[in-house]
Amino acid sequence: MPRHKLIASESDGKDNEFSLYYVEVEENSQGGQEKQTTRDGKRRRERNGEVSRRRASEKRTTEVDTKRAEKKHEKRHKTARKEGEKHEKRQRRKNADEEEAEEESNKEKKNIKNERTKTLRRDDEKEKDVKKKRKKHVKNEEDNANSGKTKQKDCHDMPLKEKKKKRKKPETTSESESKSESDSAPESKDNQAVGVLGSLTPEELEKLKEAVDERKKLIATMRGKPWPMKKKLVVLRSSCVLQRQETLLIISFLYYSNCQKWMKFQRDFENFKTACIPWEMKIKEIESHFGSSVASYFIFLRWMYGINMILFGLTFGLVMVPEALMGKPYGSIPRKTVPREEEASAMNFAILWDFGGYAKYSVLFYGYYNSQRAIGWLKFRLPLSYFLVGVGTVAYSYMVVIRTMARNANEEGGGDDTSFNFSWKTFTSWDYLIGNPETADNKFASITTSFKEAIVEEQESRKDDNIHLTRFLRVLANFLVLCCLAGSGYLIYFVVRRSQKFALLGLENYGWWERNEVNMVMSLLGMFCPMLFDVISTLENYHPRVALQWQLGRIFALFLGNLYTFIIALMDAIQLKRAEEEIVKKNMTIWQANLYNGTVPDNSTAPPITVHPADIPRGPCWETMVGQEFVRLIISDTMTTYITLLIGDFLRAVLVRFLNNCWCWDLEYGFPSYSEFDVSGNVLGLIFNQGMIWMGAFYAPCLPALNLLRLHVSMYLQCWAVMCCNVPQERVFKASGSNNFYMAMLLVILFLSTLPAIYTIVSIPPSFDCGPFSGKTRMFDVIQETLESDFPAWFGKMFSYASNPGLVLPFLLLLVLAIYYLQSTSKTYKRVNMELKKKLQTQNEENKKKNKLAALKAANELEQARKAGEQRSSSSQHTQNSEPPVSSTHTTTRPPASRGHTSSGHLPGHPQQPQKNSHSNRR
Amino acid sequence: MYGCFAPPYFPHTIIKQLHKGNLIANSCLSSLLRLFHRYRDLALQLVPMDYTNQPEVRLPYELIGSMPELKDNPFRQRIAEVFSEDGEGNMTLDDFLDMFSVLSEMAPQDLKAYYAFKIYDFNNDDFICKSDLEKTLNKLTCNELTEDEVRMVCEKVIDEADLDNDGRLSLEDFQHMIMRAPDFLRIKTI
Repeated sequence: MPRHKLIASESDGKDNEFSLYYVEVEENSQGGQEKQTTRDGKRRRERNGEVSRRRASEKRTTEVDTKRAEKKHEKRHKTARKEGEKHEKRQRRKNADEEEAEEESNKEKKNIKNERTKTLRRDDEKEKDVKKKRKKHVKNEEDNANSGKTKQKDCHDMPLKEKKKKRKKPETTSESESKSESDSAPESKDNQAVGVLGSLTPEELEKLKEAVDERKKLIATMRGKPWPMKKKLVVLRSSCVLQRQETLLIISFLYYSNCQKWMKFQRDFENFKTACIPWEMKIKEIESHFGSSVASYFIFLRWMYGINMILFGLTFGLVMVPEALMGKPYGSIPRKTVPREEEASAMNFAILWDFGGYAKYSVLFYGYYNSQRAIGWLKFRLPLSYFLVGVGTVAYSYMVVIRTMARNANEEGGGDDTSFNFSWKTFTSWDYLIGNPETADNKFASITTSFKEAIVEEQESRKDDNIHLTRFLRVLANFLVLCCLAGSGYLIYFVVRRSQKFALLGLENYGWWERNEVNMVMSLLGMFCPMLFDVISTLENYHPRVALQWQLGRIFALFLGNLYTFIIALMDAIQLKRAEEEIVKKNMTIWQANLYNGTVPDNSTAPPITVHPADIPRGPCWETMVGQEFVRLIISDTMTTYITLLIGDFLRAVLVRFLNNCWCWDLEYGFPSYSEFDVSGNVLGLIFNQGMIWMGAFYAPCLPALNLLRLHVSMYLQCWAVMCCNVPQERVFKASGSNNFYMAMLLVILFLSTLPAIYTIVSIPPSFDCGPFSGKTRMFDVIQETLESDFPAWFGKMFSYASNPGLVLPFLLLLVLAIYYLQSTSKTYKRVNMELKKKLQTQNEENKKKNKLAALKAANELEQARKAGEQRSSSSQHTQNSEPPVSSTHTTTRPPASRGHTSSGHLPGHPQQPQKNSHSNRR
Repeated sequence: MYGCFAPPYFPHTIIKQLHKGNLIANSCLSSLLRLFHRYRDLALQLVPMDYTNQPEVRLPYELIGSMPELKDNPFRQRIAEVFSEDGEGNMTLDDFLDMFSVLSEMAPQDLKAYYAFKIYDFNNDDFICKSDLEKTLNKLTCNELTEDEVRMVCEKVIDEADLDNDGRLSLEDFQHMIMRAPDFLRIKTI
């Protein structure tokens, strides 16, 4: 009696798509014996530990209902492959004769992972495990009834892993029950398909398993082969039996489909992540059209935006908002009120635009803050907070800049393998997932740009001119630049001195030029010197990236002069204001005395006279003045940038574009042309702007907010301007992987700009009647005050001990030593790293050479062998052309690719034409 | 040869039964069906539902190349040619399935590398020679590079990747090179 088992070969982890397999087995495997199979199907499923049977309610197709199927059984036995026997049942339909439906009987088998020790029990288990399932396509229940007595059953399954797992439980719990059930199943279940349990001996099971594995392997190997489907099927057919129903399934195994939802999710998630980075798409687009050097500016701008966001958060959250919410309201004390003489014009737009009037007496500037130690119901220590925020912004900036530099240096140190630079660019740069024309355009642009960058690199590395000439020219260029710098430095110094003299004598006596001399000289220098440097740098013949760095460094040095004049002017102004303050202080006492004397003479018990705060005389408050200066500077700088952008880039582009039609020469490629993006100028503008912020943020808490606004606008404006009115540079070069050069300049500026800020904080006494530190001799006294009144006594004592020079100096020494040690170790590591890299590179080259030599040798041998063969064949006609020795070495699973001149090469795609290929190789 | 797309079974009846029996676990099968439908949707009047008799249906390249997956690809013509049986981009269902199988993310690296080689080998001589490289470059950059630049890049590529010094890239050279490419490993598309 034939029994069929449905065998599910559990997939091994590697090949989990291949989880399904059909084998039909006959009990007592009698080869060639014909069997009857029924067409009824039955599926059994067990769920959650109970053996339950479910009937698969088959869909009946009207076609088939009417037919009596004629059955044909075929069994093929593959002894060589030890395959389980299969039954193929063919069904012939009456109205469509050729149509054959197949049914297979299958066995599902649990993969035998039980240990050998359980062999006895395994039989039982298998009886229960093995479920008969019948997959029926064209049957109805009547058919089932008719054919129910036949003991064949047809099984079809899709083994699910879960199913298998669930099936484990009943094995142990209800052994006998399930056994009896399964035994009685075939006959007792009348209309349903009959599940017959076969009992197999362990050897047979082993055999089956092997067979299944065999076929699995076959399909798996077939899968990896680069053959077209037809060929795969032909090969499969030749090695094992394929049935029609199987074919579909096997094709689905042979294919790699994109059905992995997880992968798609990952991809979407990546997209989402990039979408979350602000302006990433804009920057990428610019990078693809203008190269990485322009993009590096925008990345720097974005980084700066992040920093300013933090600074803004600090000043806004800890200084401005508490003061606005909890401090005394506007108009309560003199420093919070517009003075009487300014009241009339305080709301004028011109005044407000200049940050005078109401803007001056607001939370935006230093002078507005009260020196009250704690404000509001929170007892917020505003002066302390103000001081700490001022210090904190600078400290945070240092930390961030240095940390970023260190991280970038790490990334740089890694380096990438560039041995196949061009090949990879050629063959792997296209992203095959691109499915939208805009992205595709960008991709084309970026590939072109990257090729151009790489070509420039290559050209630079190939260039070997007269080294002496180059050196001479470089020295000359540097000399010229130094002369330029020295000259402009002296000019600045001279002009500043002169203007100081003028200021002492009173500006009113001089004309417009004398008053604006410094500014004019500075802007003229700033306009023409960079051009001069640019011209000079063409002498040097540097790599464009290095040239950009030199250019940046030189303009930076020039701008330092700018900074110098600004600070000098500021210091002078502060001195003037302080002198004025002394006078006001004197007048104040006189005014007070007059006030009391005039109204209530000699009566100290009378209530103090209330004077409106606007009428009280007040000092000039130099801190607010400094803050105002910085704010004005930032505003005017921003305006200049935007206006030059609009006129220099946009207007020019518009003119060039539209006048080109009616002009006598080609404007687009001729003289004015479109402008290029000026990376160095923009980067320096950004850096100096940030320096101003750091310098002035202590006296004008609104500065980070203003800067944030400016950066935000310029990000959009410049992105737009670049994309619409600029053309890419002629030589697009690759920016260095990190922005460390920019960072280094930023660090210098940070240092330079914190110096004056710290100087004013530490050494100039604060104004007597404005700001959070009024009434103290120095601004940092607020720390002392807090220590004394807010902390316990022992803490103050400890602090004073800790700040003892005897402790601080050794600590500093220790720090310096640690830094020295760490630096020297890192240097050593770097050197070792470089050496290793060099070694690796030389080895690679050696290998390459060796390979080439070997190939040459092989080719020679081949040539000789062929000659010898020809000679031999000419001497005796029977001798065959011997196979070249080299070709026999390849024993990979895939058909080996031809290597060089060897004639091994039947290529995987065309194994049937080795002859032709070998000819073409030799050609 | 194989009637896997026979009407009574395929797709409706079988699929319903598979679903009923919770047998659709094999998602590969369902994606195969999806592909069949995509193929059919390209030209409903040409492609029959019934594949029992293996009808000789070929979709012309114009239809294949207009699929969103290929539409923007500079190598779309080449891809279609490589995978089509007739070498001219006209695809049978088999070719179509082959193509999507190889382009899928699940396909192993060496299979992809092999087909990538075939795609870049424009003149079908089983070697990537300079003319192939020039074509590739011009397609990649939309002819934006000058001739000198193209020539230089070609020289560099051959210099880098040619291991046996015969002035052109064999499949083995190509595999050796491309298997180390970070983009190839990451993106996992050809």
